[in-house]
Amino acid sequence: MRLTCPICGERDRREFVYKGHALALDRPDPDAGDDAWESYVYLRENPAGVTRDLWQHDGGCSAWLVVTRNTVTHEVLKTELATAVKEAQS
Amino acid sequence: MADLIAKSPCAGLLPVTHGDVTLSEMDMTRMTSIAPFKGQDKAVSATLKDAHGMALPAANRATGKEGSRAVWFGQGQALLIGPEPVAALAEHAAITDQSDGWAAVRLEGAGAEDVLARLVPVDLRKSNFKRGHTARSQLMHIMVSITRVGDNAFLILAFRSMAKTLVHDLETAMQGVAARAAG
Repeated sequence: MRLTCPICGERDRREFVYKGHALALDRPDPDAGDDAWESYVYLRENPAGVTRDLWQHDGGCSAWLVVTRNTVTHEVLKTELATAVKEAQS
Repeated sequence: MADLIAKSPCAGLLPVTHGDVTLSEMDMTRMTSIAPFKGQDKAVSATLKDAHGMALPAANRATGKEGSRAVWFGQGQALLIGPEPVAALAEHAAITDQSDGWAAVRLEGAGAEDVLARLVPVDLRKSNFKRGHTARSQLMHIMVSITRVGDNAFLILAFRSMAKTLVHDLETAMQGVAARAAG
């Protein structure tokens, strides 16, 4: 498996560390209530198909990435800088 | 007061030569990480140019020359190697002294690319990785910064705590490449 870091280019999987679902970027408001926080902290989808993960290029430039991939076909559809995704959200 | 003697990270380990490749330690020098504040890249680059004669390197590139070099060092970071950083840099960037933190070695010789090909999962052949190119990657399991500083010469930086492992891994690959060339 190879991932394309937006900064370094295409690199081997061994340079990257998986950090969990990209849901982590959507931290609820502190007053959002128990349901929202339980969902944020504990509940995760396990999709057969397209999913979004956070990865870190820790063996490279150290950037955090949002990787869109397909769990069925193993295709990597998109890699973006997490900082860019966050900026686009705000 | 005690007279402290600075010991280089690879003291007693280098230089070594196997076949046509030599691994040597760079003389200890000032190393400073420069992390420009948000939107301040241009100001940092201008200050660097005025004071030290090289621009802030773009991603995967190094600027300057032997003795005064700026190497891209990861997302939003560069490492100034050699000069004492001018104070004005601190207005636009976070400046941190890294001098004692990194082992700096030079791998040189016709077979240097072959040695690195055994250790680093990045294409470092000259056709792809020219003089002035740099990469953050891994050498075996060590995270490193690799810069091509000459036709057949690479500057490799690793955490000081990994110096012995770095030398061991490089030397093992050098022996392998030399043995293959001899056979």
